[in-house]
Amino acid sequence: MRLAAPLALAAATALLTACGDNSSSPNQYGSNPTLPGPHRGLLPTMKIASPAGWGDQRPVVPAGYTITAIATDLKIPRQTLVLPNGDILVAEGRGGGESKLTPKDFVASKLKAKGTSPVKGGNRLTLLRDSNGDGVYETRTVFAENLNAPYGLALVGNTLYVADQDALLRFDYQPGQTRASGPPVVVTPLPSAINHHWTKALTASADGRFLYVGIGSNSNITERGMNVETDRAMIWQVDATTGAHRQYATGIRNPTALAIQPVTNQLWAVVNERDEIGPNLVPDYLTSVREGGFYGWPYSYWGQHVDDRVRPQNAAKVASAIVPDYGLGSHVAALGLAFSSPVMGARFADGVFVGEHGSWNRTPPSGYRVIFVPFTNGRPSGPPIDFVTNFMGKDGKTRGRPVGVTVDPKGALIVADDLSNTIWRVTPNAPRPAAAPSSR
Amino acid sequence: MADERYVVIHPLHAFLLAGSVPLFIGALLADWAYSSTYEIQWTNFASWLLVGAMVLAGLALLWALIDLLRADRSWRGRPLVYFLVLLAAFILGFMNALVHAKDAWAKMPEALILSIIVAILVLVASWLGFSRWRSGEVK
Repeated sequence: MRLAAPLALAAATALLTACGDNSSSPNQYGSNPTLPGPHRGLLPTMKIASPAGWGDQRPVVPAGYTITAIATDLKIPRQTLVLPNGDILVAEGRGGGESKLTPKDFVASKLKAKGTSPVKGGNRLTLLRDSNGDGVYETRTVFAENLNAPYGLALVGNTLYVADQDALLRFDYQPGQTRASGPPVVVTPLPSAINHHWTKALTASADGRFLYVGIGSNSNITERGMNVETDRAMIWQVDATTGAHRQYATGIRNPTALAIQPVTNQLWAVVNERDEIGPNLVPDYLTSVREGGFYGWPYSYWGQHVDDRVRPQNAAKVASAIVPDYGLGSHVAALGLAFSSPVMGARFADGVFVGEHGSWNRTPPSGYRVIFVPFTNGRPSGPPIDFVTNFMGKDGKTRGRPVGVTVDPKGALIVADDLSNTIWRVTPNAPRPAAAPSSR
Repeated sequence: MADERYVVIHPLHAFLLAGSVPLFIGALLADWAYSSTYEIQWTNFASWLLVGAMVLAGLALLWALIDLLRADRSWRGRPLVYFLVLLAAFILGFMNALVHAKDAWAKMPEALILSIIVAILVLVASWLGFSRWRSGEVK
C-alpha cells in the first residue's frame, strides 16, 4: 500500500482538478430524456461538495409550507416509516465495506468520504413520538439495536419488516410499543457478498402477502466481474410467511426505494443508473416495475442504448430491455420515494415525492433536494417541482443530503437527512380563515 | 589522448531500473490476458503491476536526471537519450495508469496498446541505461 501512495496522490490531485467540464444540462426529465453520446476522458468528472453545518440556514420549502427538524444527532438516518399511531421509525446505519481491489478504489473511497458524514452508523431503529400532536417529537427511544445497516422498513398488520444489508428481518409490533419486545426473526437472508450497493429497499404488497426487496448491483458496470452479479441488480418478491423468493424484475441497477401505488397496487421504484460515461448519462429514473421485466443493466441503458464497457455483450438481453417510465436527471442519486395524498395540499396531492441525495461526479452538481413528480390518471404527467431545496447552498457547500421520504397521513412529509443526521418534517400551513373557499 | 574511463550506473539505480522491467511486462501480459478472456481479475493485476512499475521507474527517472545534471558536459549524449526514453516511458505509463482506472472494458483497447508501447520504451531505456558509457566517446 505504501508503494501506491505517490501515484495515488498524483492521481487524486489530477482528479480534483479535472472538474472543468462545464457541460450544459439537457432536459432529462420525463419519458423521453435527451441522451448525449457516452463520453469519458482520461479522468472521470468528480466534484465532491464540502459539507458545512446548517448555521442559521434551513432547507427551503414552497410558500405555504413549514419545515422543522424533529430529530437531530442521529446516526446516519436513511429511511423512515410512519406507524399507525403516528410514531416514526428511523433506520440508521452505514453498510457496504467492500474490499478495495484496484488502485482506483483507494483513491475514490478517500475522495468520496469527504462528502459524507463522519458519524458511525447507528445500526439501530429509533422511534420518535409526538404525544400531543403539536409537531414536537418529544419522546425518542431506541426501538431496536445491534442491526446490520438497516434500510428498508415496512409494516404489515402487527409485523414490522426491516431490511438489513444482509437479511430481511421480522419483529412483532404492538401499537404504542417504544421498544421491540425481542430480537428479530430472519425471514430470509439477502445477497450480501461484497455489497457494493448495500442498501436493501423494502415495501410490502397491498395485501401484505409479499415483500419486495430492492437489491443493487455489485459494481458500477461489472468492473468486479460478472460472477459477483448473481442475484444483484434486481427486485425480489419474498413470500412473507415462508421467506421464499423469486426474481420479480431484473437488470434494475440500484433500486434504492420501492413503493406501492395507492388504488392500482402497482409497484414503483426509483433507480440509480450507471456512472463514468459523462455528466449527462445515465439519467436516474422513476418507473412502475413490470413483473418479469428486464431493465437493461449491465448490457444497456434507457432501453436499447448499448453500454460498450460490458464484456461479453448480450444482444438478446439488450433487445428485451424495458424503457423506464420517467427520467429524473443524471447522477441525482434518488434514494427516497413516497406516494402523496390530498393531506399534502392540492398542488401536491397526486404524485410522488423523491429524495435526491445528490451527485459526486458531475459539474454542476445535481440533486440535493426533494422533488415532487405530479401524476395524472396514475402516471407521471409533468416536469418535477422542487419541494425541499437548499441542501446545497449557493456557496456550493452541502448542509444536508436527503434520503428517505415518507408521507405522514396526518399531513406531513418526513425527510431523512444522512449528512446533518436530521429528520425534517414539512407540513402545509394551517389554512387561514380568510382564505378563498376551496373548490372541493 | 583517449580517456578510457567507463561510467556505470549506481547499483541502487540499477535495481530500480531493472526492477521496473518485469513489472511493466507483467502488466502487459495481464492486459493481454484480460483482453482475451474478459476475466476481470487480470485487469486488477495489471493495475497493481503498473503501480509498482511506475514507482520504481519514477525513482530511476529521478536518479537519471541527477546523473544527467552531474555529468561532464562533454559526454552528456548517452545519459540524455537514456533519460528522455525513460521519461517517455514514465509519462505514457502514467496515462496508462489513468486508463486502467476506467471501469471494465472501457479501458480497452487503449490499456493494451499503451502497455505495449511502455514495455518497449522501458526495455530500450534499460538497454541504454546498462550500456557502459565511455567518457571519452564524444572526443
